[in-house]
Amino acid sequence: MTANRDSGPLLSVEGVSKTYRSGRRLADRLTGRPETFVQAVNNVSFGIERGEIMGLIGESGCGKSTLGRTILRLHEPTAGRVTFDGTDLGALPDAEMKAMRRRMQIIFQDPYASLNPRRTVAEIVGLPLQLHGLATGRGALREKTAEILEKVGLKSMHLDRYPHQFSGGQRQRIGIARALVSHPEFIVCDEPVSALDVSIQAQIIQLLTDLKQEMGLTYLFISHDISVIGYLSDRVAVMYLGEIVELGSVETVLANPRHPYTQSLMSAVPEVDRPGHRSRVRLTGDLPSPLAPPPGCKFHTRCPLAIDICRQKAPVAESVGPGHTAACHRLHENLSLLEQEAS
Amino acid sequence: MPDTDTKASTGPVQETIFRRNMRNFVGNRLAFGSALVVLIFIFLAIFAPLVAPHDPAETDLFRRLQPPAWMPGGEWSYLLGCDALGRDILTRIIYGARISIFIGAAVVLVATTIGIIAGLAAGYLRGWVDMVISRVVDILLGFPYLIFAIGLMAMMGPGLINIIIALVYKEWVIPCRVVRGETLVTRELEYVEAARALGASGRHIMLREILPNILSPVIVVSTIRMAHVIILEASLSFLGLGVQPPTASWGAMVSDGRAFILQAWWVSTFPGIAILLLVLAINVASQGLRDAFDPRFHE
Repeated sequence: MTANRDSGPLLSVEGVSKTYRSGRRLADRLTGRPETFVQAVNNVSFGIERGEIMGLIGESGCGKSTLGRTILRLHEPTAGRVTFDGTDLGALPDAEMKAMRRRMQIIFQDPYASLNPRRTVAEIVGLPLQLHGLATGRGALREKTAEILEKVGLKSMHLDRYPHQFSGGQRQRIGIARALVSHPEFIVCDEPVSALDVSIQAQIIQLLTDLKQEMGLTYLFISHDISVIGYLSDRVAVMYLGEIVELGSVETVLANPRHPYTQSLMSAVPEVDRPGHRSRVRLTGDLPSPLAPPPGCKFHTRCPLAIDICRQKAPVAESVGPGHTAACHRLHENLSLLEQEAS
Repeated sequence: MPDTDTKASTGPVQETIFRRNMRNFVGNRLAFGSALVVLIFIFLAIFAPLVAPHDPAETDLFRRLQPPAWMPGGEWSYLLGCDALGRDILTRIIYGARISIFIGAAVVLVATTIGIIAGLAAGYLRGWVDMVISRVVDILLGFPYLIFAIGLMAMMGPGLINIIIALVYKEWVIPCRVVRGETLVTRELEYVEAARALGASGRHIMLREILPNILSPVIVVSTIRMAHVIILEASLSFLGLGVQPPTASWGAMVSDGRAFILQAWWVSTFPGIAILLLVLAINVASQGLRDAFDPRFHE
């Protein structure tokens, strides 16, 4: 479809950070209280190969959606670089960034909020075609729109309806059609199924995998559901409080999680075949506020394995296997929360 | 906005939001009745030459301060009596409705258009644009409306266009604040982010994605404001800064009758009642509109 620059990954994220300034009230300014920052994403690096599904998992509020949107430059990164197909997105002028948007799209979590209630399906799904001049004339526009609707399991008779006339699952299909109609290469799926009923979730996941095969797509799949990630992804990145704590192929990370946070996530997955076999690692407390992240390793406040160094020094990501990295001070002690209690 | 909503009914039989809102509105008898009163005033204003029994400028000194028909000395062809120049008061009220409604509608239309543009820009673009617009709004809100308008009229001189300009100067602030607030909320919604992800321009997002979704509260506020503008025009005309004689204006008519209020109360009273009736009807009708159309009032 497009010139394949085979050198390097389709998308590479290098040291990306996103900090939000939290609003300083007048009283704060007068008393000279320093500005506070919310570190939503902190120094994140990874690459996604063409045709790959990269899973991104973490608790709500850990910055995974912000990361997805920063990659697409819906939010400007505070630091770092996002390179798409060899082009540095941060350096692109607006006009070229607009053209680039045809090639990278996003599917949103909430199928109710992501469709404009005042526009018809034809207008919503046809918008990318209009914006990028991909269809000339009303007839061609409708034809291409109807075509993609059928691809996502809707019918051309739905063209002139409004979003409120559809169910949640159908609405998500409309959102998928809008993301795919311009034939992009890369899609950020921002928890596309977590707002849907379980029965519908399976259909939408199936649709996304079918479409990936058919259209040769690359996904960054954001989710808090480890079973969804395990089912679809090739590789997985585990995020905690704005940082990637573990990254590797889905088989190794899920079978042999090395970071205590990943281990605790894994232990929360119910096992059907061997109930009660695996011990549960219960994390105490909540995710610390990103307004005041803990010093050292950000996970130490909840980590059962935390020792002194964890409270002082932030660990660096180290390789623990082929293509498998984790950031923990106690990696080499081979401690596993999962086995520890089982044995 | 109504037309896009009715189109939705091409789907399976399902009541559209617009129709449900309309049904609510019609079901509210007081509001619906008030809307009818407003419509009657508009009808009278448009067809004034056909409806009015006399010529509004026709003077007849034999009929100076002639009382209303039911009082001794009254005549049924001059139902509400005559003013100091012997002009028929009913006729002048009908013609005065033209001025009131025209100025009310024109000011609200122009002010709402300006307010929508400024409010969208402030709410969507934020940053220094928002700073400048919001400060201007704050400053204008700090002035008492009537004194501000009197000052402007004194500077520009009387006249129909000048009244409209003088009132618009401050009136746009109201829709601007509403639009800005609604835009601040709407711009964070995912469908706006989706449009940005698709590469849509700021103009497209403001006018096509945000505006259609915030129009209902703006229309409701604008109709309420129309009543306010009508009172202001009457006040200006009462003070002699508004429409100039011999054009009939309710405010000027009330003012004319002041000198004879004890001997001929009808000269001031009937135009005063006309102002009261129209303003009250607009207020009640627009509150009914708000109840029916603003989703925040639906539970």
